[in-house]
Order: sequence, then structure tokens, then C-alpha cells
Amino acid sequence: MFNKDRWKEILEVLTTNWFRTVLTAFGVFWGILILIILLAAGKGLENGVKSDFGDSATNTMFVWSRNTTKAYKGLPKGRRFRFKLKDVAAIKESFPDLKFVSPRNQLGGFGGANNVVRGLNTGAYNVYGDYPETIQQDPMLMTSGRFINYSDINEKRKIAIIGEGVKRGLYSKGETVIGSYIKIQGVNFMVVGTYKKKNTNGEEGEKEIFVPFTAFSQAFNRANNVGWMAITANDGTSITSLKEDIVALLKEKRKVHPDDKRAVGYFDLYEEYNKIESLFGALKFIAYFVGVLVLLSGIIGVSNIMLIVVKERTKEIGIRRALGENPWSIKVQILMESLFLTLISGMAGIVFGALFVYGINTLLDANGPVDMFLNPSIGIGVVIVALIILIISGLLAGFIPANSAVKVKPIDALRSE
Amino acid sequence: MIEIKNLHKSYKMGSNSLHVLKGINFSVAEGELVAIMGSSGSGKSTLLNILGMLDVLDEGSYNLDGVPIVDLNETKAAQYRNKFLGFIFQSFNLINYKSAMENVALPLYYQKVARKEREEKSIKYLEQVGLKEWAGHLPSELSGGQKQRVAIARAMAAEPKVLLADEPTGALDSKTSYEVMDLIQKINDAGNTILIVTHEPDIADMCKRIVHLKDGVIVEDKKVDQVRASQYV
Repeated sequence: MFNKDRWKEILEVLTTNWFRTVLTAFGVFWGILILIILLAAGKGLENGVKSDFGDSATNTMFVWSRNTTKAYKGLPKGRRFRFKLKDVAAIKESFPDLKFVSPRNQLGGFGGANNVVRGLNTGAYNVYGDYPETIQQDPMLMTSGRFINYSDINEKRKIAIIGEGVKRGLYSKGETVIGSYIKIQGVNFMVVGTYKKKNTNGEEGEKEIFVPFTAFSQAFNRANNVGWMAITANDGTSITSLKEDIVALLKEKRKVHPDDKRAVGYFDLYEEYNKIESLFGALKFIAYFVGVLVLLSGIIGVSNIMLIVVKERTKEIGIRRALGENPWSIKVQILMESLFLTLISGMAGIVFGALFVYGINTLLDANGPVDMFLNPSIGIGVVIVALIILIISGLLAGFIPANSAVKVKPIDALRSE
Repeated sequence: MIEIKNLHKSYKMGSNSLHVLKGINFSVAEGELVAIMGSSGSGKSTLLNILGMLDVLDEGSYNLDGVPIVDLNETKAAQYRNKFLGFIFQSFNLINYKSAMENVALPLYYQKVARKEREEKSIKYLEQVGLKEWAGHLPSELSGGQKQRVAIARAMAAEPKVLLADEPTGALDSKTSYEVMDLIQKINDAGNTILIVTHEPDIADMCKRIVHLKDGVIVEDKKVDQVRASQYV
């Protein structure tokens, strides 16, 4: 298969009619180029959207309590209830597949009044009472100091970790932040760390203050109430499969009617993430579908030209068979010509597509980030898949012409002029 | 060398069939130079095609050098053609984009002879037909007589048992025809068996034996005194 004479002949045949060869090659080139660009664009969109999730633990759900809508066990409907700390312990105990169960309490919120004071500066910020695991569920980059640890929780230390946005609002430039005090709703907390969010859009995510859960409860009279929880499952288990059971457990503990659909609110980040995943799966499918269809018309072009080449060479094939060439060898020759043409033009398409994507990336880098679009790229996997598609289609394109080449009897082939 | 018994061949032309060869009995010994003559439609080309394994017989038997030629698939036929036969055509049938040497080397290539040996051999045969200096030329750069000589070199390259020539001089003027016949006679003198289909009596006279075909049967088969072509060259 790799002998010099065969290759020489392939090149001779393909170069006898340059213009025709290039036109034919263009069909395949174009198909694979479209495929590569579509896949890269899909990947860019995917990267852009997924960067909004950042490094968040996506296998996570959030649960919070609302008013009951059904009377149960002598308790009236419309009752306001809260989760308790022991519910957290109960969940941890009942579901060993959970990685983190973080109870959280919260002050402030969107459009809230000023609740934080430092000297003459005031600001309205979200204040969270949290456990140390939070930083793993909602990743932050500590820019100075540290995050909450379990000593803080156990000793109910009044410390605070503030976002860079809070720092800008309450401190002037160059001021020492660590060790200073801020007053949250009249209670003093010592700042021990500052953070930046990795996946932030704008600065909203950095206008937050984290304090130890226990200190929060004590300072703001939450007793052992829990505002809401962030629950992350282990990597092997999807939170979606556990959420019904978790909610049912919480209802039981809080004496809520099991059929009360509205009493416990939750948000399943994993499910949302999966929806997006499947959306991109569909996008990828469409890219392959369209790309392969475009490629197909190129392949048909190759097949067509190979048929013409065979027709033109009928007499030559007859001569060669009269001289004793094995029909199989003629078949291989035609197949290899088709394969070679397809592969060369396809590779040119891949290279050109890669250059195009590279150019887009350079443009994006130069002009700053674009919403929902980031780093379009094609993996080596895509290239390998494209090559496999090319090899298969090259063989398919050559198959019919190769068969028609050996189907002609040598005597008929010799007679044709 | 060639042994044919009761050979029949007919072609289907639409609904009616055309009986071309009607029981040919014919044999050729080693070293013979046989002319097969006949008007067009007499079946001489069909006979040559069957001898060349380019076509199959309907009835009868064909032995070539003691090997029965029967029920050949394409692969086997190609192998036998390569090993036993050398073809010389009226229209030369050289491959246009290959040089004279590459054309001569083709049968050797199909025998999977190594490149170097192939080149040496093809140069040797080109030298025999007096075209060594033209080895690198394409067929389009050669005259008709030269082309036919390259074709003869190609036919001989695989050292076949029998050379089959279908009107080898049909496309050549008489001077060139005699040159080619001179070459064919010399090859025959060296001991090669050659069959020539022709309708030109002067070419036939340069063979050692003439077989006349008419309407699919042999009407005459006689030995003749060979006229040497060299006297006309």
C-alpha cells in the first residue's frame, strides 16, 4: 500500500487536471471547514455560559422555608416556620451521600436599607451567617486574610470576611482592612479577610459579607433557626435524585403536611446545569449534522469526479488488465486516489478552520470579553473524529467508482476509444 | 504450446445470437510464427481474444503450455495473462502519462519485481528494440513505429510463453511495418512463439505458417516459406 509507484501514479492522475482536482477538493474542504467552525462556535457559547457557573459546585440544591398551605397535626395553614440546626444534623445523618450541608442565615438583600457602618461610611450589603464549607460550594478567591473556620464557629467569634466591593465602599484606598472593625446592624465584627469572586458578573457578588453562622445567630437573635441551606452531593450521586427525599425529611421534621407542595422551596442547580448541558449536547449534534451534510455534498462531488476519471481511464484500465494487473490492485488504486483527495482537502479544511478559530480568539482577546461567548476551540478529539469521518467518506466516495472500474471486462475496456 | 479443441463462441446480440467460432481445432508448437488471416467478421479477433484470456470460450477446451485454461476468475486470468502472454495491439495501447521505460516495466511491476531490477530489465528490452535512448520519453513524443517497438518491448518484458499480436502493423506505413516485422522475426528467431492476426497478405507471408479463417471455421492451414522482412528495410 505504501509503495512509491502507487503514490507516484496517484499524484500523476490527480495533477493531470489541476483545476478539476482543486474544484473537487474544495467541496470537501468547505464541508469540513463548516463542521469545524460550527463545533468551535458551539464550544465558544458553551464556554461562555459555563463560565457563569464558574467553579460552583453544580451538584448542589438550595432549600428554604415558606408558609404552609395545609393544616397538619393540629397546626394551622398559613403558618410561618423555620428550619432548625438539628434538621441539618438530621439530613447529614440520613443521607451519607451528601458532601456538604451548609445552613445559612442572611441579612439585607436586594434594595435593602443601609445596614453596615464603618466610621462615616455606610452601605447596604448582604450579610450571611455561614459555615466554612461555603467557600467550596461557592468559590471565592481570598485576596487577603482567611475565610471562616471551625474555631470561629465553635467560639462564635464575631469576625467578618468582606468582598472587594464592600472594601471599596467602606474603606479609602490604602487603608488597612484586616483587623479593623465594621458595625453590622449595631454589632461590631472584626474583618479577617477579603475575597474576590471568580465567576462574578459585575460586582454584585463582591458586595457580600460572610460571618460565622453561630456568631450571626447570636448577634441577630436567630436562636437555632436556619434561613436556608445549600446542599451538595458527592460526585457520584446527583442531587436531583436525592432532593425529593431531603424535602420530605424536612417536612416531616417541621410537621408540614407531606402533600404541602409550597411549604418548602428549593432550587436544583444540578438540574439547571444539566438542562444547559443537554442544550449544548443538542447544539453539538446540530453542528455535526449540518457539517456532515455539507461534507456529504463534497463527498458526492469526489465520487462523481472519480467516476469520470474511471471513465476516462477505461482504456488504460483495460490495457493494465491485459498486461496482468490484478483487479484488486486497480480497486485499491481508485480507492486510494479518492481517499487521498478527500484526506488532503479535508486536512486543509481542518487547518484552515483551526486558523480561523485562532483568529477569532485573537480578536476576542484584543477586544475584551463578549457576553456568553468565550474561547471557541476545537479539541484534538474533534480533529480525530473529523479525520475518521474523512477516511470513511473518502472510502465511500471511491467505492462505487472502484467497483465500476473492475466491472468492465478487459476486452470491452480495450475496445473503448 | 497452444492446444485448442472444438472451440465454439457465440455472442448474444439482443434476441438473436451470433455464432462467431464454429468448432476450431488448432495447435501451435513452441517457436512457431503463425499468421491468422481472414476478412473482417471471420472470427480472427475473437479467437485471439480467447487465446489471450480476454474472453471466455463457450464450448471446447484450451490448453496453454499444458495448463488447462478453464473457469478463470478475473484475478487468476490476470495472473495467467501476466505469466504466459504478451500482447501487441494495433493501436499500441501505451499508457500516455508513463515514459517508455515505465510502460515496458508495467508487467514486471504486476509481478512485484523490485524497482531496480524492473528498470534494468526494461532498459535491456528497450535496447533490444533499439530505443534505449528514448527510455525517458512519453509515448506522445514517439513516432508510430517507435510506439509499436515500445509495445513489443513491453510484451516481451515479462518473458511470456506466447506473444499475441493483433494487427501489429495495421496503423503503420509499409516501411515501418517491415521494420516491425523484422523485429518480430528476430524475436521469433530467438525461439519465441508468436501469433499474429492480420489481413495483409505480405505481412502473413513473413510468418512461417498461415491459418485462414472464414465464417468461424479454419478453411486453410499451411506452412509457408518465410519472406524475410530485412530485405525491405
